[in-house]
Amino acid sequence: MKAKSAKPKLRISGAEAIIHCLLAEGVDLIYGYPGGAIMPVYDELYKFRDRLQHVLTRHEQGATHAAQGYARVSGRVGVAMATSGPGATNLVTGLADAQIDSTPMVCITGQVARHLLGSDAFQETDIIGISTPVTKWNYQITKASEIPEILAKAFYIARSGRPGPVLVDITKNAQFDELDFEYTPCKGVRSYVPVPKPDLNAIEAAAAMINAAQKPFIVFGQGVILGSAENELKALIEKSGIPAAWTILGLSALDSEHPLNVGMVGMHGNYGPNMLTNECDVLIAIGMRFDDRVTGSLDTYAKQAKIIHFEIDPAEIDKNVQTDIAVLGNARETLALLLPKIRENSHPAWLEEFHKKYQQEFEAVIENDIHPSKPGLTMGEVIEQINQASAHKAVIVTDVGQHQMVTCRYAKFKESKSNITSGGLGTMGFALPAAIGAKMGAMNREVVAVIGDGGYQMTIQELATIHQNKLPVKIVVLNNDFLGMVRQWQELFFESRYASTVMVNPDFVKIAEGYYLNARRVDKREELAEAVAEMMASEEAYFLEVRVEKEDNVFPMIPSGASVSQIRLK
Amino acid sequence: MEKTWFTISVYSENNVGLLNRISGIFLKRHINIEGLNVSKSEIEGVSKFTIVIYTTLEWTRRIVSQIEKQVEVIKAFYHTDEEIIYQESALFKIASHLLFDERQIQNIIKESNGQIVTVSRDYFVLAKTGRRHEIDQMHDELEPYGIMQFVRSGRIAVTKAEMPISSLLEKFQHEL
Repeated sequence: MKAKSAKPKLRISGAEAIIHCLLAEGVDLIYGYPGGAIMPVYDELYKFRDRLQHVLTRHEQGATHAAQGYARVSGRVGVAMATSGPGATNLVTGLADAQIDSTPMVCITGQVARHLLGSDAFQETDIIGISTPVTKWNYQITKASEIPEILAKAFYIARSGRPGPVLVDITKNAQFDELDFEYTPCKGVRSYVPVPKPDLNAIEAAAAMINAAQKPFIVFGQGVILGSAENELKALIEKSGIPAAWTILGLSALDSEHPLNVGMVGMHGNYGPNMLTNECDVLIAIGMRFDDRVTGSLDTYAKQAKIIHFEIDPAEIDKNVQTDIAVLGNARETLALLLPKIRENSHPAWLEEFHKKYQQEFEAVIENDIHPSKPGLTMGEVIEQINQASAHKAVIVTDVGQHQMVTCRYAKFKESKSNITSGGLGTMGFALPAAIGAKMGAMNREVVAVIGDGGYQMTIQELATIHQNKLPVKIVVLNNDFLGMVRQWQELFFESRYASTVMVNPDFVKIAEGYYLNARRVDKREELAEAVAEMMASEEAYFLEVRVEKEDNVFPMIPSGASVSQIRLK
Repeated sequence: MEKTWFTISVYSENNVGLLNRISGIFLKRHINIEGLNVSKSEIEGVSKFTIVIYTTLEWTRRIVSQIEKQVEVIKAFYHTDEEIIYQESALFKIASHLLFDERQIQNIIKESNGQIVTVSRDYFVLAKTGRRHEIDQMHDELEPYGIMQFVRSGRIAVTKAEMPISSLLEKFQHEL
């Protein structure tokens, strides 16, 4: 039996009820942009401004990415709000990004009044229809009385199980009308099993397979971070002595300097973990989904290996790669059950193969990237400077493209939830607003956004949000005057026909200064370390443009459609 | 992998947007929905979608797990034609004079167990309930004489094996 609340019911408007729901869910910060159909809620936000901070972004897309950055760094649900019509459609990119990267987010949109629905009213759009494929759940509220139950369900669904974005569309009449308000947090939805119960037989079988393996290999993803399984993962690899590699979203779940951390898998990942994927005898995938950027051609992916998949989402099992043993459940729970069954072990000869491959990669690629001898600046050496200045403690937010791959390859992390990037969707324009959210979700941490000159200009207006809210975000634009990753592909696969990848850029320093930010440009190696140090020491927001070599390529690289073992060092 | 007919049964909460959400799963993978029926199920407040597709087992599995992943879907199952008892219905509208001009039509009606549901001066309507291939056969036989209109319903099906939906729901109530 549920305990009945003794509190008398409040008779309030739907708009006020929305605020009370947000407060009840522990929300103290939302990102958004007002407009006609959401005005009653903004009016209440004004009244509650001392308890619920609203950050006005300069575009609704920025609100979603800020909410994502906040969610990713804090593990809490990010909240974004927008009006109907264009306000709502501007959320779609952020929803899709959050959906594919499993980020807990609740978006609230205003909608025209119920009696106008379907009449093509001013700023009416079918945001439920539009957002369905890019949300974990969505719902249109047309009656004030639905607000508490639906918002409770929205937060529950967004954060539980495999997290994801939820959109709640609320008609204007439901915001104005009154209801008897009572809030009960959602504890379950009968048609929804957020976390499958671990199957002890599967865990037993997995342990036996791992214990018998000669060349076991762990690949972990964001499931470790979302499931708060960092300690269990570390304990597993240390006890079993198994080398572990990460997907781009798994980055920072394990200390970069850990002796069993062998680097990144995937298209621009490290040479060893990619090559040795096709030599291991047991591949243990933890909280990752065998994305095509990780596997390359599936026909030649780890065919020699037995596959064990630890995964929270049953729909991921056998989706891309056939598994031998699937262990469903939250990674923290399943790894904790696995751990006592794992034999203490080490695999020195096998680990040595990773070290040898690393040495090859170091000589062919890494040394030239981070300690270049050529005159032009490289992206890699900038990241190396940030590493030194941050002592591996910063949150690093990246956009999409060459700078993202270089940053994820070279940035060092000590702490989990420190690598914020748009992985699955590859959303250019993600980083600047995401850095806003990351900073506000971890005010005591240094947040450095590393962005390319292309993506930066997709959401550059959020510099105003940074200025208005006095957020000490550090912004590094690695400017090569190209859409670098597309240019690299054009060079390698389209005979250097640079179709629409040349960027004639504005004066980024002046633009940053126009938004009242401290700004500096560096184009000489001698100035780099000092400029990065100055940026990191700044107590305010700081913009640093680094003019890097125009036509550098990111290597290693698995060409699209090739096998992981066909990874190219040049 | 070989393509074959699969019947997907989806037990769900009755929600306005769910059909859109489910059909999107097929759309995204370019899989045509060959038959669709939505009705109430044996459990109060629970809807049942019956979806017919022609594809491989591998794709069917993936689709069913994507359907089941949706928050408002209680459970989804897939079955081959051998594992279910199913029926589809069809209506044929045919010009009335053919009944007298073409003797063969009367034979087709008799042999196929079709039912004449209405007759007017201009046309008559023939109803047929049965398995998909029976309706297809009847259609093929009647086609040479001219069919004015043809429509086939979505499939309705029950499984030979038990569907453990009620126990799933009870378990949930118990755990909450």
